[in-house]
Order: sequence, then structure tokens, then C-alpha cells
Amino acid sequence: MIGLGHYLVVGAILFALGVFGIIANRKNLIVMLMAIELILLAVNLNFVAFSGYLHDLVGQVFAMFVLTVAAGEAAIGLAILVIYFRSRGTISVDDVNRMKG
Amino acid sequence: MTSILFIVFLPLLAAIVAGFSNKTFGAVLPKIVTTGALFVSAVLSWTVFIPYLSGGEATVTPVLDWIHSGDMRIDWALRVDALTAVMLVVITSVSALVHLYSWGYMDEDPDQPRFFAYLSLFTFAMLMLVTADNLVQMFFGWEGVGLASYLLIGFWFRKPSANAAAIKAFVVNRVGDLGFMLGIFGTYLVFHTISIPEILRLAPGMAGSTIGFVGYRIDTMTLLCLLLFVGAMGKSAQLGLHTWLPDAMEGPTPVSALIHAATMVTAGVFMVCRLSPMFETSPFALHVVMTIGAATCLFAATVGLVQTDIKRVIAYSTCSQLGYMFFAAGCGAYGAAMFHLFTHAFFKALLFLGAGSVIHAMHHEQDMRYYGGLRKHIPLTFWGMMMGTLAITGVGLPAVFGNPVAFGFAGFHSKDAIIEGAWAAGQHGASIVGTIVALLTSFYSWRLMFLTFWGKPRWEQSEHIQHALHAAHGHDHDHDDHGHDHAHAHADHGHGPAAHSDGTGGYHPHESPFPMLIPLILLSVGAVLAGFVFHGYFIEPSAGEAYWHGAIAFNEHLMHAMHEVPLGVKLSASVAMLLGLLGAYIFYIRSPEAPGRLAATYRPIYLFLLNKWYFDELYNLLFVKPAFALGRFFWHRGDEKTINRLGPDGAAWVVERSARVAGRVQSGYVYTYAFVMLLGLTGAVTWAINIWATSK
Repeated sequence: MIGLGHYLVVGAILFALGVFGIIANRKNLIVMLMAIELILLAVNLNFVAFSGYLHDLVGQVFAMFVLTVAAGEAAIGLAILVIYFRSRGTISVDDVNRMKG
Repeated sequence: MTSILFIVFLPLLAAIVAGFSNKTFGAVLPKIVTTGALFVSAVLSWTVFIPYLSGGEATVTPVLDWIHSGDMRIDWALRVDALTAVMLVVITSVSALVHLYSWGYMDEDPDQPRFFAYLSLFTFAMLMLVTADNLVQMFFGWEGVGLASYLLIGFWFRKPSANAAAIKAFVVNRVGDLGFMLGIFGTYLVFHTISIPEILRLAPGMAGSTIGFVGYRIDTMTLLCLLLFVGAMGKSAQLGLHTWLPDAMEGPTPVSALIHAATMVTAGVFMVCRLSPMFETSPFALHVVMTIGAATCLFAATVGLVQTDIKRVIAYSTCSQLGYMFFAAGCGAYGAAMFHLFTHAFFKALLFLGAGSVIHAMHHEQDMRYYGGLRKHIPLTFWGMMMGTLAITGVGLPAVFGNPVAFGFAGFHSKDAIIEGAWAAGQHGASIVGTIVALLTSFYSWRLMFLTFWGKPRWEQSEHIQHALHAAHGHDHDHDDHGHDHAHAHADHGHGPAAHSDGTGGYHPHESPFPMLIPLILLSVGAVLAGFVFHGYFIEPSAGEAYWHGAIAFNEHLMHAMHEVPLGVKLSASVAMLLGLLGAYIFYIRSPEAPGRLAATYRPIYLFLLNKWYFDELYNLLFVKPAFALGRFFWHRGDEKTINRLGPDGAAWVVERSARVAGRVQSGYVYTYAFVMLLGLTGAVTWAINIWATSK
């Protein structure tokens, strides 16, 4: 029987993978965007799992909101990326350090 | 006595009008206003002076309240008595004539309004000084003339040497002023008043008391008098504090005539005479005054023998004559000191203005070695200078061998009075020094005359004359050497200047314009007559007593004794004058090569005199260099290495360093920021959970 605990563990693993993807990734900004998606999905999974467990639909409604926002965020993120590539000619994470003090 | 208000304040008003006049008015309005004001002032001064000749009380005209603090009351007031009246006449007359003279001399200067404003301002300050009723007002005038002197010495402020001379005059005067200020403080401490009549009334009562000063017990009156005398030494360029006066010749010549010959430098003598009842209470202080005066007199005369700059010769002559005045005062012959001040103002202003006229004619050449033979070219200037020289060397007939009335030029009466007064006062040494200096005075004065007006022209080697000639040849008249060449070189095309073998180089000096000649003529009258007409009032026992009327410590017995001195003393000054004239004649007319031979034979002495006894070098070593070193030490070590390092520079350094360290955190990589955010989030969440857990 698959219980709440399994869902939470999968969510936690997904979240950890997402965070690791952001911190450890030195290559590509797109990978970073994908890692962020992964984190949001982990959160969504938790929402839905708790919604089922508690019999409360609010969690699933929240999950829908998060998906919408994530879609918007991905669109804006990719747009910025394209612009950035046009102006700098690279999207390598190691080269994006213009804010260095 | 409202006229005294006009006398004193008209020059101030004129100075303000001239100083603040708009450029659109041009130079003529300020010139008319200042010169007009001074002539009105001078006429009023004579109307004040003449009634005093038959005796008159001192009057005090209050002007304004000034400082009231506790029981100290200092008010602006104008005091007029016989002593002040003399000074009023001297100051306003010479100043008015110098204003007029400057119309010609400064004709091509672009800054004339400024010049005339300074001159009038100086006159006002000098008048405040001599009309002072209390020591603080006198100090106001004292500093005022110092300021005006600084401004006028540095009038041509584009010349570095003029700036240096102005600063030197100011700094050396500060030394004297410190003494004067301490004297004023001490006087207030002792007498609880700074009113001059009060002090003079109380002074005899203080004779013999002692006062603590820098750890010693000193006679009160001696200390006060010596401190005040230090002030007088600074202003009157006495030995030790004299170094600024020759350098002050960097200023325009009218300034030298007014400030550094006739008026400001005599302020010290005036002060000693004004406070003479106070000085009378301290024989030691009087002795110091006499010694310093005699030493200055001798020193300046010896230096004057070898100088080649015409203005410097006259400057050292001034210094020497001031020495005469001081040693007369030191002997107790205040009347004689004031008399010499009075006559000296006329003949020395005349000599300076004459020298200015010569310089004007010689296209700003001041070196007498390049003069010669000018007698025929500028006859009026020559006769003016001649009168001045006859007056300063003391030409006259003494009242001996049955001659009932002594008669001579101005300096004859006053200088003889000083030498005889010193002898009569028992100061035989000073009297002999005075006689020797009379010889030296005669020598250097005639040397100046012979070098300038006699002999063959030696103009050709002068750079200034060459400049004038080339300017005329090239028709290039817009040279900006504030240059006044009325003496146009004639353009003899086809011949170079070298073609002339007469030493003129083809240069033709022209006589100065009328505004410059009128003062020369008027001052010549003064130089001829001032001694004979006024000697009765200044130094004769009974007439003098009536005239001075307590304004100075007039010593009737001394003036009587003056007539009883031995025949040798009476003749000594005239003999010395003749010897000096003879010496100068032999050296500069009969055998002009003799001075060079003598200088070569006694080279060390010649160099010693030429370098003014090495006073400047000595002071440079003793004071100027250490002061610069000290200044540099405080600047580099104190300011830069201590205050700046621990203060502003240090703070900036710390901020910059810490900013650089903090800047390293900003790697610019997104993942670093994300990681830090995560750490922060974790921390915040841990904290929140902790709070939540403990609050349950």
C-alpha cells in the first residue's frame, strides 16, 4: 500500500534534486530553469499528497495555481534567456557573473 | 574742533569711493576724489597747526563708543595737541603732494584707482595713529598703516620680488607689534587704563616699583617702556628689525616717499615722544633707546655708502635718519627728535620723489652706475634733488664767530640740534657717533648726486635703456613693462645704438610732467625753509615750552644747555659735512677710478657693507630656515603623517579595504546566490520551527 510517507519521500527527493541541480550546475542556464521546475513539481506533489490525505480540495486548487505560475515563469525565464543569448552570445552559467563585486 | 573730523575722515571716504568705484568711471574720478580730499585735509591741517605755534590746549573730539567691558572703557576719540598738530601737517601735506605726484608717475598703470585708494587708506590709518587718545586706538592706526604698507609694497603683485618684500615687511613688523601689544597689556595691568593722558599722569608714581616678568622681578616702567620700544623699533626699522625697509623699495616710488620715508616709519619716533613722560621715568629704557638709535644711525649710514640702487641708498639714509631721531629722544631731547622728524619728512620725501623723477626719466633704470651727466637733461629734478641733498647733509652757517643767527637748510638746524643736544645731555659718545654719521651722510648723499647728475653718461650698458631704444626703433610701443617712457628715445635710423661714443646710446631723457614737478618744487621750499622758520618753536627753550605745552616731556634746561656746548661741537656737524662733500668729490669727480681701487684693496670690508652687514643672511640662517623647517616638519610629520593618517585618510583606507573584502562575497555566479539563499532559508526555517516548538 502506497501511503503519504512514500509521496513525501519522492517529493523530498525531487526537491533535493532540484536544489542540487541549481547549485551544482555550471553549464547551462536551461538546466537551471528545469531544476527550478523540478522544485516546483516537488512542492506540487506535496500539495496533492496532503490534499488526498486530508480530504481537502484546497491543496489541489493550489497545485493548479502553482502549475500556472510555473508555466508563466518558464515562459519569462526562457524569454530572458533568449535575449541574454542574443546580447552575450552564451548561456553558460560560468560566464554569467556580471554582478561580481 | 570739527575740522579734525574732516581731516581724518575725508581720506577714508575718498579711499572708499576710489576703492569701490566702478571701472566705468575710469581712473580720473578716483584720482580727483582722493587727491582733492587730501588737499582739503592738508589745508585744514595747517589751519589747525598754525594757532598751536603760539601755544594751545589739547582738545579731544569724541567720535564713537567702542569697547566697554567691566571698568575698561575704550572709545574712538581724536586728540589734538601740539605734537599731533605737527604730525597732521607732515602727513597730510606729504600725502597730498604724493597723490599729485602719482598722477604723473603712475600715469600708465592700469590699476590707478586701487593705488590711490590704498594711498588714501594709508593716510587715514596714519591720522588715526597720531590722533589716538588711547593706546588701543593707536594700535588700530599702527596696524592700519602696516596693512596699507603691505598692500602698497606688493602693489605690483605680479612681481615675485614685490610680493616677497611685502610679506617680509609684514612679518618683521609682527615681531615689533608683539612687543607693542605686550606693552599695551602690561600698561593696562599696571595702570588699569589705556588712556594716554591718564597713563602719563600716573607714570611717575610707578617709578621704582617692580613687576614679575618671565620669572624675574623687573623695574615696572623699564619693562613697559622697553616693550613699547620694541614696537617702535619694528615700525621705524631700527637695528635688528630694519631688514624690511630696504626691501620695501620694491613698491612704487611715491609709496616709498610717503610711507617709507616721511610718515609711517616715523610712527615709532612719534610714539616714543607721545609717551615721553613715561620714558622719562626709566633712565635705563632711555639709554637703550639712545644706544639702539645711535647704532642704527651708524649701521645704516655705512651700508648706504656702497649701495648702487638709487632707492636703496635713500632707504638706508632714511633708516639712518630715524636712528638720529631715536638717539635724540633717548638723550631726552624730544623736541629735537620731533624737529628732525618734521624736517626729514620734507627733504626725504623730496629726495625720494626726485629719485622717482630720475627713474622715470631713465626708463625705470634704478642702478646709479648707469646714470651720469643727467644735470643738463632734467634740470628741475636736478635742482629739487640738490635742495634735498643740501638739506639732508645739513648745509648752513652755525651761530659761531660772531654770526648772530644760525641759518641753513632744514637738516642743518635739526641735525645740529640733535648732536648738540646729545652733547649737552652728557652723552658725548652718542654726539660723536652723530658727527661721524653726519660725515657719512654727506658722503653718500653727494655720491648719489655726483653719480647721477655729474660725469659722463653711462646709460648705454643699462638693459632698461636698451629696451627703450629698441622699443622706439621697432615702433613697438605696446610692451607691457608698466612702462612709462615719456623719455622717448629718438629714432635715428641707420645708426645702431653702438654708433654713439658719448655713452648715451642715443637715449634722450626727458623732464617729468608737471604733476611730478609741482610736488618737487613745493617740497624744495619745505626743505629749504622748514628748519629756519620752525626751529624756534621746536627747540628754543622758551618758545618751545610755550609751543609744546606739555604734549611732550620738553626739557627746557637741556635746550638751554644746547647753546652752551663747546665751539668744537657746534662746528663738528658742518665740518663733517664738508669733509663728506670733499671725499665724495675726490672719489666720484676728480678720480672716478678710486672707489674701485679702494673696494679691491679692502675687499672684505666692501663686501661686508655691500651685503648689509650680512643681516639678511644671518636672519635667514637663524629664523627663516628654522621656521621653514619647523613648518615642513608640522606639515609632513604632523599633518600628513599623523592627523591625516589617523583621521580622514585612515578612515578612507579602512572603508576601502573592508569593501574589497566584502566585495569578494559577490562572486556574480547565480548558483552562489542560490546557495546562500538556501542557507538563509534553512536558518530562518530552523529558527521559526524552534520558536514554534518552544512556544507550545
